[in-house]
Amino acid sequence: MITVRNLTKTFQEGELITKVLKGIDLDINTGEFVAIMGRSGAGKSTVLYQVSLLDHPTGGSIMIDDVEVTALSTTERTQYRLNNLGYVFQDYALIPELTAKENVALPLLMQGMSKDKAYKKAIEVLASIGLQDRADHLPAKLSGGQQQRVSIARAVAHEPKILFADEPTANLDSESGQMVMNLFQDLHKKGQTIVMVTHEEEYGKLADRIVRLSDGQVVQ
Amino acid sequence: MLKDIQVGWFLAYRQVKRSSIWTTSLIVFIMTLTFLNLVMTSGILVGLIIGINQEFKTRLNGDLTVSPLDEKKQIEKTTEILSLIRSNPDVTVYSTRYIEGATLEAGYKTRKDADEPNKVGAPLVGINPVQEDAFGGLSGKMIEGRFLEAGDSNVVVLGKNLVEKYQADDSIPALKNVATGDKIRIKIGDNTKEYTIIGIIQAKADVISGRAYMAEGEFLKFTGAVNYDADEIGIKTTNDAAALALQRTLKENGYGQFAKIQTFEEGTPSFVKDIATLFGTLGNFFGSIGIVVASITLFIVVFINAVTRRKYIGILKGIGVSERSIEYAYVMQSFFYSVIGSGIGIAITYGLLVPFFLANPIDFPFSDGILVAPIDGTLIRMGILVFTAIVAGYIPAKMIVRQNTLNAILGR
Repeated sequence: MITVRNLTKTFQEGELITKVLKGIDLDINTGEFVAIMGRSGAGKSTVLYQVSLLDHPTGGSIMIDDVEVTALSTTERTQYRLNNLGYVFQDYALIPELTAKENVALPLLMQGMSKDKAYKKAIEVLASIGLQDRADHLPAKLSGGQQQRVSIARAVAHEPKILFADEPTANLDSESGQMVMNLFQDLHKKGQTIVMVTHEEEYGKLADRIVRLSDGQVVQ
Repeated sequence: MLKDIQVGWFLAYRQVKRSSIWTTSLIVFIMTLTFLNLVMTSGILVGLIIGINQEFKTRLNGDLTVSPLDEKKQIEKTTEILSLIRSNPDVTVYSTRYIEGATLEAGYKTRKDADEPNKVGAPLVGINPVQEDAFGGLSGKMIEGRFLEAGDSNVVVLGKNLVEKYQADDSIPALKNVATGDKIRIKIGDNTKEYTIIGIIQAKADVISGRAYMAEGEFLKFTGAVNYDADEIGIKTTNDAAALALQRTLKENGYGQFAKIQTFEEGTPSFVKDIATLFGTLGNFFGSIGIVVASITLFIVVFINAVTRRKYIGILKGIGVSERSIEYAYVMQSFFYSVIGSGIGIAITYGLLVPFFLANPIDFPFSDGILVAPIDGTLIRMGILVFTAIVAGYIPAKMIVRQNTLNAILGR
C-alpha cells in the first residue's frame, strides 16, 4: 500500500520559486489500478516522480508497505526501485544498443540473475505480450507500439510491487494505445498495482480509480 | 561489486559492439597514434644514441677493446695478446692499430714565406687494410678515391675532418685545397715524408673521420718503431657472452696489467650513457605530452558520449542499474579502446616501424638513427596509456552518472 501525506514539491530557479505540489494526500491500495489525471501543469507527472522515487519531494511523507521511502539514501532508493518498482515512460526509454530481450533482461541481471535465466525470463515475458519474434531486434527496428510493449515487459519482468506509467500512450496511435492499455488491464487482473499518469479520459476510465489534480492539489 | 562489474560489462560490450564503426575507429585511431607517439618519440631519441654506439662498435671498438693503460703509451705484450685473440674460436674479426700524433702539411711546395703553413695535426693510424676493412667496412665509407690495400706504400687516406672542403665550420683546422692525388707531407717527431692522398673517408663515428690512415708496414717503417706494440685492438666476437669470456681469459692470463681490456659497454664514455639517459627522459617527456593530449581527447570523447547518452544513463539509474555499473561500463569502454589502440600500435611498431627503421635508418650526421622499442618499455607505455585512458573515461562518466536521475531522464 502506498500512503502519501502532505507531499510538497517546490522548484526554485534564481529567485523564482514555483510550488508544484501543495500538500498531496493519497492512498493507493495493493493491487489497485489508479489513474492520475489533470490538466497540463497540474502536477500529475511530478506526483508520479516523487512516489516512484525518481525525484526527492520538498516535504511530506511517502510510505510504501511500511517503508518511509523519502528517508532512503540515493543508493537505497536505486536498490528499492530495482527490487520493487517498474517504470513505463512516455517515450519508451529503451536503451538503444540493447535488443528487446536484453532491455527486458537488464533489471533481472542487475538483481543478480544469471544471463541465461534472465534471457529465458525476458523471452517468456516478451512472449506474453506477443513480441517473442522481436526479441533480438534493436529498439530502432521496432514500431512505437512495439517499443512501448517492450518497455512494459522490462517494467514487469522482475515482478515489481508497483508499476508506474507516465503517459504511456501519449506517443502512440489509438490502436497501439489500446493494446498497451489492454496489457495494463491484463496485468491488473493478475494483481499488479499500477499507477498511471494520463491525460486521455478514455484510458483513465479503464483504471479502478481516477485521482484528479489541479494546481498541485488533489481535487477528486 | 561482481554484479556491478557483470552488468557494466554487459552494457559496455553492447555499446562498443553496436556503436558507430566510425566513432569506434576514430577513438581507436587516436589511441593508436598516441601509443605510437609515446613509443616513437623516445624510441627515435634513444635510437639516435644507440645508433652512435652502434657506429662506434661496428667500425671502431668492436665487442671488446684492448688499449694502453692510462700511464702507458702502447699496449704492452701486444704479440702475446694477439696470439691469444687469434686462437679464440669465438673471435670473428679483429683489427690492430698503431697510432701516432702527426702533423700533415699540404701546399708546402708552392707556399711563399709570408703564407701561413697549410697544416693540421691529426692521429696517424697504421692499419692492416684487409683486417681493418673486414672489421669496420671502411672501404665502403670512401667519399673520394679508394681505401688502402695490402702492401700500399707512400699513400695515405685522410678522414674528411682533416680536409677543409668537407668541413662545415671554417674555424676547425683542416688542410686547404687538397684532394685525392695531391701530395702532403707528414711529420712525426723528427721523421718527415711525402705521401700521396689516395682517398678521403667519412664515417659517422667522428673519431674515424678525424684520423689519417696508412698501411701498417709503411707506418712502422716511417715511424721507425722498435717493437710491434699496438695502440688499439678492436675485437668482434660471435656474441656478448663470448666477449666477456675472452675478456676473462685475457685477464686470467695476466694481460690486465699490461693493457686495458674493456667490453664495449665498459668502454663507452659516461657522457654518452648520460646523453642516452637524457634523451630517454626527453623522449618520455614529449611522450607524456602526447599522453596528456590523448587523455584530454578521450575525456572529451567519453564526456560527449556520456552527455549525449545522459537520458539513457538516467533511465538506467531509474530502472535500478547501479551508478557503479554505469561507471564500469564507461571504464571498460575506455579500457577496450586503449587496449585495441595500443595493440594496433604494437603491431605497427614491431611489424612495420622497427623493421623499416632497421632497413632505412634515419640519416643523422653522427649516427644511423634506428627505432629502439624494447618489449618491456613498450608494455610499460601500453600500461600507462591504458591507465590514463581508464582515468580519462572514468571521470566524465562519474560526472554524468552523479547527476539527478529525473533531470537526466527528462533532459533538464
